[in-house]
Amino acid sequence: MTDKEANPVLLVATRKGAWLFHGDAARRSWRADGPHFLGHVINHLALDARDGRTLLAAAKTGHLGPTILRSTDLGQTWKEATKPPAFGPATNGLAARSVDHTFWLAPAHASEPGVWYAGTSPQGLFRSADGGDTWTPFSCINDDPRYREWFGTEQDGTPDGPKLHSIIVDPRDPQHLYFAMSGGGVHESTDGGQSFAPLVDGMAVVEGFDPGNIGFHDPHCMRLCPGNPDRLYQQNHCGIYRLDRPDTRWRRIGATMPQDVGDIGFPLVVHPRDDRVAWVLPMDASDVWPRTSPGGRPAVHVTRDGGDSWERQDQGMPREQAWWTVKRQAMCADRADAVGLYFGTTSGELWFSRDEGAHWDVLARHLPEIYAVEIAYPR
Amino acid sequence: MRVLIPSALQSYTGGPWVEAEGATVGAVLDDLDRRYPGIRFRMVDEQGAIRRHMRIFWRCAMVFDLSTPLAADGELMIVQALSGG
Repeated sequence: MTDKEANPVLLVATRKGAWLFHGDAARRSWRADGPHFLGHVINHLALDARDGRTLLAAAKTGHLGPTILRSTDLGQTWKEATKPPAFGPATNGLAARSVDHTFWLAPAHASEPGVWYAGTSPQGLFRSADGGDTWTPFSCINDDPRYREWFGTEQDGTPDGPKLHSIIVDPRDPQHLYFAMSGGGVHESTDGGQSFAPLVDGMAVVEGFDPGNIGFHDPHCMRLCPGNPDRLYQQNHCGIYRLDRPDTRWRRIGATMPQDVGDIGFPLVVHPRDDRVAWVLPMDASDVWPRTSPGGRPAVHVTRDGGDSWERQDQGMPREQAWWTVKRQAMCADRADAVGLYFGTTSGELWFSRDEGAHWDVLARHLPEIYAVEIAYPR
Repeated sequence: MRVLIPSALQSYTGGPWVEAEGATVGAVLDDLDRRYPGIRFRMVDEQGAIRRHMRIFWRCAMVFDLSTPLAADGELMIVQALSGG
């Protein structure tokens, strides 16, 4: 059975637990399975597409330390990781750090079964070689004095802590890795993570600050196009960007967005096959940064030409008084033809489209604040 | 000694009161982790600091230092400081 024919499962991580929504083949009916871990903060749920069965959840509660929870039967049973991500002792004359929460989970390359990467808050990179059971600090960055400077302090990060996110593995090369940090820029490795270098040319920073300082860069979400792994899209604190490798300079493609909407937001998703197509869900970034739908009229915007133009997609969405916020990891695209799109709001609504954003409908309401939405195809 | 476990950690222990041994608070938490793997990291971070919302009491006094000595005849009480919504 191919992924396109498999029944999809939406993995929904919330501030107060996790839900799995099992869809039928036509994506018309969805069965809610949850809550799992009611009351736990779940920052991310991810299924290993390589084996189609290993499901990891990045969890903590308001009172307990962070951990990783694992299931190999799609959430019927869970087992805690033996050794969750944790920093090492102080080194290089730098202050010791503690993981507040794991924010991002990413399976490694298809040729490395059982290997996963994790990004944390505060910013840290971790690796597991046993399907997420034990984790160790990975690469030089966690305790590199330059990276420590670029990480900034907790006050420089997002309201619930600075984050390492958007861990991307080039599907053609397991040694070729990317990640992004809020704040701290985009970084690339071509040696399997032994070393990383910034990849921020062309990216703007907040007016008045020096774009030469890597720590001022704040990528919100970065995606690699499955249909063309040389193409990356990025939603940044300061605009929407595209990068076509081997070029190293990001091009701001959000300048063509409608002026009354702007090109600031958090999530961005890409088409599974067509590298010209990407979707964003802009947020209001005026004065105090409300981070709500501009004007109370939510809409997805799609580009079908690599960012030269954008089309508003709001059919089925409220036309007024809808002040949604959608977090960076709370939007995804499935692999069907036509592509299905899904996003979750901080007010607990789960929305979906079966026709690439042309029409939208509610899949679930009244969930806790949604942190992450991923599509999965279990086997 | 008897150790009181907060509700948030009873998924590890199966109940509120358990037995553990140790001459210091840290040693008792180490022993708890041997008996209930993973429980210590939920209470103490990788740098040895008691997590922000955990409170540990020994003979009605709050303990902040894992090296605090204990006697075998007391009860160690671990509670969670609820906050937020």
